[in-house]
Amino acid sequence: MATTHAIETVATHHEPKSFWRRYIFSTDHKIIAIQYIITAGIMGIIGLVMSWLMRIPLAWPGESVPIAAKLFPGLFEGGVLRPDAYLAMMTMHGTLMIFFFLTAIFLGGFGNLLIPLQCGARDMAFPFVNMLSYWVFLLSCLIMLASLFVTGGAAGSGWTAYPPLSAVEQAAAGSGLGQTLWLISMAVFIVSSVMGGLNYITTVLNLRTQGLSMMRLPLTVWALFVAAILGLLAFPALFAGAVLLLLDRHLGTSFYLDHVVVAGQHLAREGGNPLLWQHLFWFLGHPEVYILILPAMGIASEIISNNARKPIFGYRVMIYSIIAIGFLSFIVWGHHMFISGMNIWLSAAFTLTTLIIAVPSAVKTFNWLGTLWRGRLRFTTPMLFAIGFVSTFVTGGLTGIFLGNPTIDIQLHDTYFVVAHFHIVMATSSVFGVFAGIYHWFPKMFGRMMHEGLGKLHFWLTFVGMYAIFFPMHYLGFFGVPRRYYGFNALQYLPVDAQAIQVFISIAAFITGAAQFIFLFNVVYSLLRGKRAEANPWQATTLEWQAPSPPPHGNWGEQLPVVYRWAYDYSVPGASQDFVPQTVPLDQEPTGERYHGYVPAAVNIPSATVDGGTNGGNSPSKADGSTNGGAL
Amino acid sequence: MVPRGSYHGVLFALAVLLLVGVGVITIGDQWWWLPPLASVHGAIIDQLFTVTLVLTGIVFVLVHLLLAYFVWRYRVRSPEQRAYFYLENRPLEVVYTVIPAVAMTGLVAAGTQAWFWIQGPPPEDALPVRVVGEQFAWRFQYPGLDGRLGQFHPRYVSDTNPFGIDPNDPAAKDDIVATELHVPVNRPVVTYLNSKDVLHSFFVPELRVKQDAVPGMTTRFWFIPTKTGTYDIPCAELCGQGHYIMRGQMVVESDTAFESWLAQQPTLATTLGLSQ
Repeated sequence: MATTHAIETVATHHEPKSFWRRYIFSTDHKIIAIQYIITAGIMGIIGLVMSWLMRIPLAWPGESVPIAAKLFPGLFEGGVLRPDAYLAMMTMHGTLMIFFFLTAIFLGGFGNLLIPLQCGARDMAFPFVNMLSYWVFLLSCLIMLASLFVTGGAAGSGWTAYPPLSAVEQAAAGSGLGQTLWLISMAVFIVSSVMGGLNYITTVLNLRTQGLSMMRLPLTVWALFVAAILGLLAFPALFAGAVLLLLDRHLGTSFYLDHVVVAGQHLAREGGNPLLWQHLFWFLGHPEVYILILPAMGIASEIISNNARKPIFGYRVMIYSIIAIGFLSFIVWGHHMFISGMNIWLSAAFTLTTLIIAVPSAVKTFNWLGTLWRGRLRFTTPMLFAIGFVSTFVTGGLTGIFLGNPTIDIQLHDTYFVVAHFHIVMATSSVFGVFAGIYHWFPKMFGRMMHEGLGKLHFWLTFVGMYAIFFPMHYLGFFGVPRRYYGFNALQYLPVDAQAIQVFISIAAFITGAAQFIFLFNVVYSLLRGKRAEANPWQATTLEWQAPSPPPHGNWGEQLPVVYRWAYDYSVPGASQDFVPQTVPLDQEPTGERYHGYVPAAVNIPSATVDGGTNGGNSPSKADGSTNGGAL
Repeated sequence: MVPRGSYHGVLFALAVLLLVGVGVITIGDQWWWLPPLASVHGAIIDQLFTVTLVLTGIVFVLVHLLLAYFVWRYRVRSPEQRAYFYLENRPLEVVYTVIPAVAMTGLVAAGTQAWFWIQGPPPEDALPVRVVGEQFAWRFQYPGLDGRLGQFHPRYVSDTNPFGIDPNDPAAKDDIVATELHVPVNRPVVTYLNSKDVLHSFFVPELRVKQDAVPGMTTRFWFIPTKTGTYDIPCAELCGQGHYIMRGQMVVESDTAFESWLAQQPTLATTLGLSQ
């Protein structure tokens, strides 16, 4: 595991002088990270506004909303959002949020920022490919946004784009040029994500600094590493799927079609099957949701440990869980297809794998609780978002156990129960991971602190607001309210309360959405006026905090940092402070690292030390004595 | 560091307790619940749903209570305080790996067993009905006296034959076509699902029935209705602009009412002008 790299030559490459090479066409991972975060953030805001537009007719069907109609004249008719515009908004909301906001901000944003810094590297393994990855991503964003303005509007077949709806032009308004651009944009996006993924994986494997074994990495890097592997292996399946769908649409092939009659016209395509798309889509689609939750888990682990001033509970088990989740995420995709007509034995197999994946997820949750236990909890804004992450991950994860069971899924599939489950894990947990990460690493990115008061206000409105939006959707799911409906007037079986719940959800969505502008204001305000950040404002152990804020080009000055310990030396008994950075040699401060690897074993936890705090004074060796089962 | 803002721990604990309270009261007390059950297999679905709800509910409450307690109890209170250094607890970790694993195994076993029964072969005497989805309506085809359904294929769809039933299939001639689904109560019904155009999903909330209709494939779902009445058949799979108004009607009625209704419906031979 030892990684000694003679990459000092990298340090000698010259810092670009021109504005363009420095801030626009930059190969510096930190600049690229910021470019990704800003672009993804803009896509997220557009996605948010789209969700607002969708929430209007759901709560107040048929009511005229002149302000919205004035702002978006192309989508409204007589002051009311048109049904086809609703479907376009729904499709684009999902697409933008999943791919262009969350995927881009986690892998492109945090991956770029944290992997080189926390690995002690000067940059990514392939800086030019890294830059290219961003610009290709930007191109895919522009194509996707352009699709909003074409005849027929943007694609309206959902972010899952199931054919034949997405394959046959006459099937829906958005199935024309809008759907073509959607597919092209996704294909371009995948090209970008593959370039990024190769970089992240290579960097983690090859550019870790001296002393930084894999088993000393912060969990953020582990999570991003596994997420990057998932992306690299899973996204190409969707690329293939998208190419085949484009062929079906434009060259008359029939991969997904078999004799359909749309708008009175018989398309004599033969031998295709719509289920093929579902398999290809979800072969990506399911790993994709773990691409979005694993980095959030890594960020939450890091921030909880830092703010509890305690080592992450069960570090190794956390890593094994990340790996297990990553592996299992590849063999659960069929749980999206229980009622699609897929073979029932296949459904049973997917049930097994799906419910198994709940086990490592549960383990991680309990390990976060274990980290909080007897900690010294600082409630910084990132910490609030991190514990908010734990709460929402549990709430959203548990409902997956219903949906992973095909028998229960018969009733709940494609109802608001799914929307609730999905949005509590993705739109809330993952997004909390994003916010936690931005509040935490903002000082490192920009050299200024974010405003704590505004941050806390933002947290409270968002935490309460997200639950107010998505928790009631479970009730709608119980009622059997189908998702992707523009209105519910036709459904006799719904109790009157269903509409009242919709109104409540919409109001909560408007308030919670508006609260995100507090965050935007905080970002802008802090960039201009924020308190200057020191190198290590959170008293953290990991490498990025040993570099200046923001780190210079090449990150580390003349010498690369050398790592002597793992990433979680918090509150080690006998240490002079309640944290010991990874760069502090073992003869200067004790370590709590359980398994030393190749490091000389002379330094051990001093067993006689008693911490002077209020948390009791058991010596660690005594406390661990009963559990010291050795390495797995 | 001065323990500023530690009241946020207390606030968080209170917020989480509120969440648990709301969740337990509204769901435990069934303020808003599944539509009243009207099928045999639905009872199994509801039972599994309830068992899962209780199990996940326990975890939901337990984890949130621990979270609330920890953030309240261990918030910073004095500058000198230090966290308790503690790395891990393998036996404890094994316990909370094994318990979910066992619970999951139980749910998988119960879930798949029920699944195979629900999705398994229908009883011999089940009434076959073909359900054809199209943008944005459902159509239904019953076998005639021969008890066999005529073949469906989109190539036969025309203005006079909107059902797309093969007019040359001898089994088709006495078939009965309808735009409403009538079924007798307490008798097994097996629906064969087809689609003319895009994906649709045949959803009857009260009967706990849902199955996609896929162009190019025939899917199947069988059930035994237990309560007479009229039920909505919304489409549960996005099928285009009119998805939200695509709705059929299902009437569950007595055997005699069903037979007399069926007798009034036109046969395919009549609608297509074929000789019997």
